[in-house]
Amino acid sequence: MELKTQPFMLNIGPHHPSTHGVFRMRVTLDGEVIVDLEPVFGYLHRGIEKLAEGRTYTQNIPFTDRLDYIASMINNFAYVRAVEKLAGINVPERAEYLRVIMAELMRIARHLLGIGFLTNDLGALMTPLLYMWREREKIVDLFEMVCGQRQTYNYMRIGGVSHDIPPEFLPAVKKFLKEMPAFIDEYDQLLAENEILLARTKGVGILPADLAINSSVSGPMLRASGIKWDIRKADPYSVYDRFDFDIPTATAGDTYDRYRVRIEEMRQSVRIVEQAIEQLPPGEICAKLPALLRPAKGDAYARIEASTGELGFYLVSDGSIAPYRYRVRSPELLNLTVLRDISIGWKIADLIIIFGSIDIALAEVDR
Amino acid sequence: MNAWHYFVNLFPNVRADFVSWLQGFGLPSSLIIFLDSIIGITLILLFVFPMVMLFIWMERRFIARFQLRPGPNRCGPLGLLQPVADAVKILVKELIMPAKGDRLVHWVAPIIMFFAVFMVFAVLPIGNGSMGVFADLNIGILYIVAISSLAIIGIFMAGWASNNKYSLIGAMRGVAQLISYEVPMVLSIVGVVLIVGSLQMSEIVGKQTVPFILLQPMGFLIYFIGAITELNRSPMDMIEADSEIVAGYFTEYSGMKFAMFYLAEYINALAVAIIVATLFLSGWKGPFLPVWFWFVLKVLAVFMFILWMRATLIRLRIDQVMAFSWKFLLPMALINVFITAGEVLVWDTWMSGWQSFPWPFIFVNFAIAAGLIVLWSKFFFRLGGGRVEVGRLRARNSQGYGADSQAPVS
Repeated sequence: MELKTQPFMLNIGPHHPSTHGVFRMRVTLDGEVIVDLEPVFGYLHRGIEKLAEGRTYTQNIPFTDRLDYIASMINNFAYVRAVEKLAGINVPERAEYLRVIMAELMRIARHLLGIGFLTNDLGALMTPLLYMWREREKIVDLFEMVCGQRQTYNYMRIGGVSHDIPPEFLPAVKKFLKEMPAFIDEYDQLLAENEILLARTKGVGILPADLAINSSVSGPMLRASGIKWDIRKADPYSVYDRFDFDIPTATAGDTYDRYRVRIEEMRQSVRIVEQAIEQLPPGEICAKLPALLRPAKGDAYARIEASTGELGFYLVSDGSIAPYRYRVRSPELLNLTVLRDISIGWKIADLIIIFGSIDIALAEVDR
Repeated sequence: MNAWHYFVNLFPNVRADFVSWLQGFGLPSSLIIFLDSIIGITLILLFVFPMVMLFIWMERRFIARFQLRPGPNRCGPLGLLQPVADAVKILVKELIMPAKGDRLVHWVAPIIMFFAVFMVFAVLPIGNGSMGVFADLNIGILYIVAISSLAIIGIFMAGWASNNKYSLIGAMRGVAQLISYEVPMVLSIVGVVLIVGSLQMSEIVGKQTVPFILLQPMGFLIYFIGAITELNRSPMDMIEADSEIVAGYFTEYSGMKFAMFYLAEYINALAVAIIVATLFLSGWKGPFLPVWFWFVLKVLAVFMFILWMRATLIRLRIDQVMAFSWKFLLPMALINVFITAGEVLVWDTWMSGWQSFPWPFIFVNFAIAAGLIVLWSKFFFRLGGGRVEVGRLRARNSQGYGADSQAPVS
């Protein structure tokens, strides 16, 4: 009898414990080795870009909360910046500082979840995730103090922010910032020196720098491949040019480096928030604007450094109260496009952690 | 016999009383043996099921505490009735059969697994004396090794019958893993057997004036790691790696069929905890307190350690798990057998009668174990493979990769 082997097709997702939503990968396997992979997008498509064309500029802000639903503040920030650029609105200084504080706190929370779910994909039975959830909970409490929401904040407004911070906010943030570096060190000690984590992540899913640039990869993933590109420094927006912080980079571009860069970015975010609180000026929190904004004909693209990469909004105005075209440049979708190239030749278990280290929320990928 | 002595060695005394009560009727001896086995089985069940419920409760409650959450606390005091609530929920669930699965095999698989893990309890010494073991076979350890490997047949049948690729991957992993880990596990037991000079479980406990973990630190380590792998516990839970292959071999199981796998896993955990306690922690022996107290304490301690590992460690990859067995555990186990054999020879030939217990070997063995582990892991051992060149796989494969998939890169 002649024995022969045959590759087989496996559908990972859309319903799978670690696809971070409803993502589907059609994987061709030879035993456990991945020989081909085809990502299938669109299971969470809600038509947000089309919906936005029927809403006024202000009504669109809550939609941005639903893009990357675990980093709502940052999405708000990117969208209102695009509208302000389109309509030529000047934002009060206090509002800019508040936005930066919120965005950086959100970045910490987002990275905590990103790393937590990566360890979950590695098979750690929720323990590291729940430790990181403990810290995220404190940040969410801070947001609740400011805007009353815990998940979809809808905090930023065109020309400013919706609420000024309550008096108890600043002491609470200071307390959090004082504790946070110790916690980051704790995670670093527990995870980065773990023999099994090193064996599982070192050298796995290497993303070469040239491939990263050619695929428009951005954010921590790009920086893990050794390219020092951060829009906060490269094209400073808001008040980021007034703060002193570093851009953490790594060299290997593997799963471990993507994890390391996220840990280091949390430290830098803590630094930025510390400085922003010190410099926080008094004054208005929102510019005086008409009830219905009618930007002049034209288009505008504004981008910010979101927690996962370059998040941009491209808006076209025809002079009416709603955008003529509303387009999201989603960093997570573009980061995901390299998945096939970096996971071929690895095993199923590696595919899961490579996918986890890209750190996506499907709501933003499919929109 | 006063009440305290009866209480101290409860399980064997109940059984012995029952047998002598039967003999009072003048029944034929074959009938007495038959009735004795029935009371023995009943006593084992009375021991196993409460212990398994305690394990399930411990697992949920303690892991919750490891993870900064309260854990189940609504069913009964401290959530102690949570396993009961789970059981009731699982019993009323629908039995779902995959459309193109193998109906008969799908049914038989959990039963085989359940039987296989239960049969091990026949030779496990739960109490003192010959009445403390259900069947005190003179090949006790060999029987355990043989029977516990049967469970994998159930796992493989489940993976095959489910007609699900995740199940099949899980089952294949299970077979590969079990074959790899059975070898170092058996070799690590050989050390204990060499010291005792018998395969009989009651004798192994009887000879342990101090726990064998002191004389066999390496053997304990290897057996423990192998046992965790056989239990599919983290960090070796390849077979049911939930983040990779959903639930592995029991992805397509529900209701009572699933419950049998679930229970079998915990019963297996109990069996392994008892075997570890018996071989390396001197079984039911202990000063002052009742036999069953020491026994349960040691079993719970071993299970606690397994829990701790599950709550803390990250899963290894399948090739790393295999490499760890063949490149690390197997050489270590072989060296351990040689060293133990040498020590037994030296002790019996030149040093017998010097003292009742070979205490110098405790220090020697710990030093050798630590030295070997450091040496081997530094110089001879590299964990797992890594990236596979897909081009080579393609050349080897006669079928190609199908028309619908693109040509694989590199």
